[in-house]
Amino acid sequence: MQEIPINTYTSPNVILELIYRLKVKDVMTTDLVTATKETKLRQIQYIMREKQVTGLPIVVGKRLIGIVSMDDIIQALDKGYIEETAQEHMTRNLIVLEDDMPISFAISYFDRFSYHRFPVLNRHKELVGMITSRDITSTLLVEINREIEELEKRTCTSSLSQEMSGEIHTYSIMKNDFENAGYASTEIKKRLKSAQIAPHIIRRAAIASYELEMNLVVHSDGGELIAEYSPQTLQITAKDSGPGIPDIEAAMTAGWSTASEWIRSLGFGAGMGLPNVKSVADDFTIESGRNGTTVVCTIELHPNHEEE
Amino acid sequence: MVVRDLANIQGFSQQCISDEPFEISDAYTGDLLSDVMGNAPSDSVLITIQAHKNTVAVASLAQIRALVICNNRSIPPDMLQAAKEEEIAIFTTEDTQFEASCKIASALGRFDAGQN
Repeated sequence: MQEIPINTYTSPNVILELIYRLKVKDVMTTDLVTATKETKLRQIQYIMREKQVTGLPIVVGKRLIGIVSMDDIIQALDKGYIEETAQEHMTRNLIVLEDDMPISFAISYFDRFSYHRFPVLNRHKELVGMITSRDITSTLLVEINREIEELEKRTCTSSLSQEMSGEIHTYSIMKNDFENAGYASTEIKKRLKSAQIAPHIIRRAAIASYELEMNLVVHSDGGELIAEYSPQTLQITAKDSGPGIPDIEAAMTAGWSTASEWIRSLGFGAGMGLPNVKSVADDFTIESGRNGTTVVCTIELHPNHEEE
Repeated sequence: MVVRDLANIQGFSQQCISDEPFEISDAYTGDLLSDVMGNAPSDSVLITIQAHKNTVAVASLAQIRALVICNNRSIPPDMLQAAKEEEIAIFTTEDTQFEASCKIASALGRFDAGQN
């Protein structure tokens, strides 16, 4: 039996994942219009017209006992019992879906049965929604759009970061220059953004470069921040000409700081700088002596690609 | 909620805002900028008393979309200018950081904050 109109062995993974990942409950309408078994068919006809639906579930509390469809109403008008109640003429032999079923299941139901809508029950057999083929079409369209966008972005990202490869930017950082502090990191962030690197990677690069930049402003006698781009990595080097870090182990401890009160009043000197850099970097080295300090940190630009 | 919704919070006064309807899904409260840098979630609003240009730089790098400057501190012109360039909204309030945080938790519907 042809369950769904695509081959479930050879179709693209992204599509197959989609139709199995999406559940009936992700697609169904939960804004339900229902009637009780005492409701007159005439009243149901009005509700259908007003709410623009073509079938009304008949319920006792949350329990589904039948459906009155447009076809039932036409029959009622034709045979002259439109003033009678739902329970006398509703369809009782119902095909239902469960809210945890994948939508591939729902698609096959629409193929197999001639109904335009199916009631959806939860595992307590309570009516929780209705599903139409239109619900499926529009959700699928949105999801496919999202997936393709992601794919396109990924393909395009690789070529853009190829283009960026080999670029080296050097920024001079002056001691206590709070006025321009953050300029180098902002430039690095912009460069990665225009190469369409994933936002969470840009954030890591931004944290590392900003902390290193601020360290140069706050603690060094001045230095350089160097950003080197390769297809897979961004390497950030912070180099200064002194005075050096007396105790590197302490400097790497969260909360340890030598910053002055003035620096602290500006919100810096929390003792989080180097630990922050280390935590976001894929690789981190630090060397310090009387003639200066050099920190090198590397950030992988496409970590997900390697896993694939 | 989006950045613009912050303007509806009682006692918040809008100083600048971007035309982009940036989504706000979380918040962070703090004055130590590198703590903010390391820990504030993206697409968030920062509640702080640090009214200077560097706060905008941190916000921009950490993808913080809005700043709420508490205790009635005033916004220096260079900070306002930087925020406009970086499309970061600034609100000022007489509230303390605690009060402002409570209001924002309520606006975000984050009554579960701290429970996980």
